[in-house]
Amino acid sequence: MRHEPSLPDDWELVCGLEVHVELSTATKLFCGCANQFGSEPNTNVCPTCLGLPGSLPMVNESAVTDAMRLGRALNCTVLPSVFARKNYFYPDMPKDFQTTQYDQPTNDSGWLDIPTGERIGVERAHIEEDTGKTTHVGGDGRITSAQYSLIDYNRAGVPLVEVVSRPDIRTADEAKQYVSELRGILLALDVSDARMEEGSMRVDANVSIRPVGSDELRTRCEIKNINSLSSLGRAIAHEANRHLDLYTTGDAPVQETRHWDEESGRTRSGRRKEDSDDYRYFPEPDLTPLIPSADELDAIEAGLPVFPAEQRSRLAEAAGIEPTAASLIVDRGDADFALASIDAGADGARVVVHLDNNLADGIGKLTPASFAELVGMETGGALSATQTKDVLAEMVTSGQSAADIATARGFEAMDTSELDSMVDELIANHPDEWSRYCGDDEGDAKKMAGFFTGQIMKATKGQADGKVVAQLLNARK
Amino acid sequence: MHAAPAAFGTAAQIADDVSSGTTTASAVVEQHLARISEHEGDIHAFNLVLAEEAREAAAAIDERISAGDEVGPLAGVPVVLKDNMCTRGVETTCSSRILKGWKPPYSATVADRLTDAGAIVVGKANLDEFAMGSSTENSAFGPTHNPWDLEKVPGGSSGGSAAAVAAGFAPLSLGSDTGGSVRQPASFCGIVGVKPTYGSVSRYGLIAFGSSLDQIGPFSTTVEDAALSFEIIAGHDPLDATSAPEPALPVRSKLDAGVEGLRVGVINEMNGSVIEGLDADVLARSRAAAEALAAAGAIVEECSIPSSVYGLSAYYMVAPAEASSNLARFDGVRYGLREDGPNTALMNQASRTAGFGAEVKRRIIVGTYALSAGYRDAYYGKAQRVRTKIIDEFNAAYKNFDVLLSPTAPSTAFAMGDKTADPMMMYLNDVCTIPSNLSGQPAMSVPFGVGDDGLPIGVQVLAPLMGEVVMFQVAAELERAAGGAA
Repeated sequence: MRHEPSLPDDWELVCGLEVHVELSTATKLFCGCANQFGSEPNTNVCPTCLGLPGSLPMVNESAVTDAMRLGRALNCTVLPSVFARKNYFYPDMPKDFQTTQYDQPTNDSGWLDIPTGERIGVERAHIEEDTGKTTHVGGDGRITSAQYSLIDYNRAGVPLVEVVSRPDIRTADEAKQYVSELRGILLALDVSDARMEEGSMRVDANVSIRPVGSDELRTRCEIKNINSLSSLGRAIAHEANRHLDLYTTGDAPVQETRHWDEESGRTRSGRRKEDSDDYRYFPEPDLTPLIPSADELDAIEAGLPVFPAEQRSRLAEAAGIEPTAASLIVDRGDADFALASIDAGADGARVVVHLDNNLADGIGKLTPASFAELVGMETGGALSATQTKDVLAEMVTSGQSAADIATARGFEAMDTSELDSMVDELIANHPDEWSRYCGDDEGDAKKMAGFFTGQIMKATKGQADGKVVAQLLNARK
Repeated sequence: MHAAPAAFGTAAQIADDVSSGTTTASAVVEQHLARISEHEGDIHAFNLVLAEEAREAAAAIDERISAGDEVGPLAGVPVVLKDNMCTRGVETTCSSRILKGWKPPYSATVADRLTDAGAIVVGKANLDEFAMGSSTENSAFGPTHNPWDLEKVPGGSSGGSAAAVAAGFAPLSLGSDTGGSVRQPASFCGIVGVKPTYGSVSRYGLIAFGSSLDQIGPFSTTVEDAALSFEIIAGHDPLDATSAPEPALPVRSKLDAGVEGLRVGVINEMNGSVIEGLDADVLARSRAAAEALAAAGAIVEECSIPSSVYGLSAYYMVAPAEASSNLARFDGVRYGLREDGPNTALMNQASRTAGFGAEVKRRIIVGTYALSAGYRDAYYGKAQRVRTKIIDEFNAAYKNFDVLLSPTAPSTAFAMGDKTADPMMMYLNDVCTIPSNLSGQPAMSVPFGVGDDGLPIGVQVLAPLMGEVVMFQVAAELERAAGGAA
């Protein structure tokens, strides 16, 4: 993998993202066909989504509601809106125009706060229909040289919301955080699978750079074909460096669409934007304007869930950690579980450690109460850290209580007097190691601490608490 | 004589006779099919005659009647559909090479509503390709002739539907009216033609020309038949987002009420004073109609819709703009004509070049231009502002008047080939009808005598949005007056 250096200190990235989100409604945007991924090609189709002559669209109200909820989640103003036709020829677009929104989008001017604390402006979030899917066979795999093409119209007419950010993103990492945060919002709203790899969330990045301190917007390139969060970061960093190379050699980028190539780690030139298509937008005469009522807007407001930023700060407060340290748990959707476990009496710091490190594959059959019981046994000294981890793994799969599993496994905390004598005996048998432990060479002392602890663990078959052993050794120095 | 409106009775009479057992649907269908085979060769009203299908449908109706079943208000009535309305499993072409052979997998709402009411579809009528024209000479399958004079055009674009009714092939047909395509051929063919309020009749299954202007309406020989069929095809359709939520208006309720005390406005601009090119005999019949209404007790006064003079220009921006987008889907990819090409774009281009006629191409080019970046506001945008102004002026007029009155078309039916060389001359045919499409308001043409050449002349009754009841009421009075005069 190519390593992309950061821009030098006197240049900065100017990046805006266009994110297409597929809504997971039961039916398509303008007809009653199933909105379903992975069906046999051309089975979820009807006269309307095939654009047959004489067919007409009817708006799916739940798609509009989902879009408005997303708009409010992004702090947008929900406005009366109008569908428009975007006219261009492409075989996977049945009507040879896309029904979208143009100068009157449903959601206008909002923002998204990312975990670093930066606020990224959202220009708009509008509703539009997806196209079908074309597979070009023969040639170099592009439409211009293919021998023939296969078209699947199952996706044609699937509802999308396009979320357009302002060019407020200054680093590749901010771009990744923005997308990750948006994904968290979509999952919290339960309006989309938001899977970049499956195409239910597609990200295009508009990239340019400028000297720090300037507020100009230089020529930008639109990067497409980005299929994962890590690709997004790499593609933006690569493109920024490509622009830097051009500027520092007296050249300049041209406005164009560029395709990210995952294998080479580069972008390659696509369509030039200077002779870009004229889409001849005009209001869609087959549909009436969308005018949300005050009641509808109130209901949307009242039904909004708790979003990731709020979840992070709630969890941070409950667990006594920094909000950024709560990201992993929130992103995995475990925030409510974590809060409930803390409520049930579990130590917040231990809850966070276990969720971050030992529950990456999910909480399985754990409940907040059973988890709190386990953490309580750990912090109370009844189980060592190692034993806790073992018990936790079994609880996830079996759903049994911590106490039952610990008893079945014979896990009982050793009493300190027993450990005391074991430590004394060990020191007596290893005088050289003991003097190294007590010596000035810190590294060597640490090594010896590991040796003694390991011996005790071996003798107790892991039942001793490492922390207690360390205390006993230290006390004998 | 080719013209024989209601040769075998009006739709209302036929439905009564069939329902009461005085005659059978099969007998009615045979009479009409016989007339079609006798005269269709001269007139060419049809792209497709559905003789066998009609016989089967008639037999089914007769069976239901003998079984004592309810058969609907159009039982056994032969009807003709303009060939831009989809019919399940039956070729629907828009009189275009690009759709030759295409059989839709579904039917237009209006087709279903007619057949559900017991009507029998006997054929698909010829039209100007994609409804673009005023003479039915722009059909890829040859022109339709006017039954009153075979050397004359029937008008257009619904010329086949109008000629079929005028020739007695059926008492009832449907056309679509985007700029006058029902009313002008009704005037040329001496029959009644209605352009309902936009949204009152479902457009589902009507192959779109100008979506914000298109409206389906009936042709008939009597105002009563037009009202009867309107009540069947109108009313909310959940498949059309622009469909009005109301049920069909009871337009037959006031046909006999007369016009005593109704306020009728004669549109100044369309009575020779401002818009030029209206023939003297046409203006004379329009004045006679106003006098007849006054004589029947209406209060008749002049009124003005000043921006109506810009209607034609605005229309020829808006309609082609919408058409350029609506007709994009005919690209050779999924259905209809495909001409091979070395790649997809060239295949699209070859298919469209071979599939569309000259007038369709002209309007696609005009519409594409009107929507282009840098021109959109000057052309499409300005046209929409004219449209708003026309709506405002009509609404202001309807504060003082119940209906408005004007000629339907500038002349009687003209000779075939007369106006094909000059598109602007052809477009001028729609000068009196277009404002109603731009405003979305209803209007209808009623025969009111003949011109110097002995050919029929219609007058136009215009009404406010959802004003069909009073519009039909006034039309019925004109029908009585015209009958009395004849």
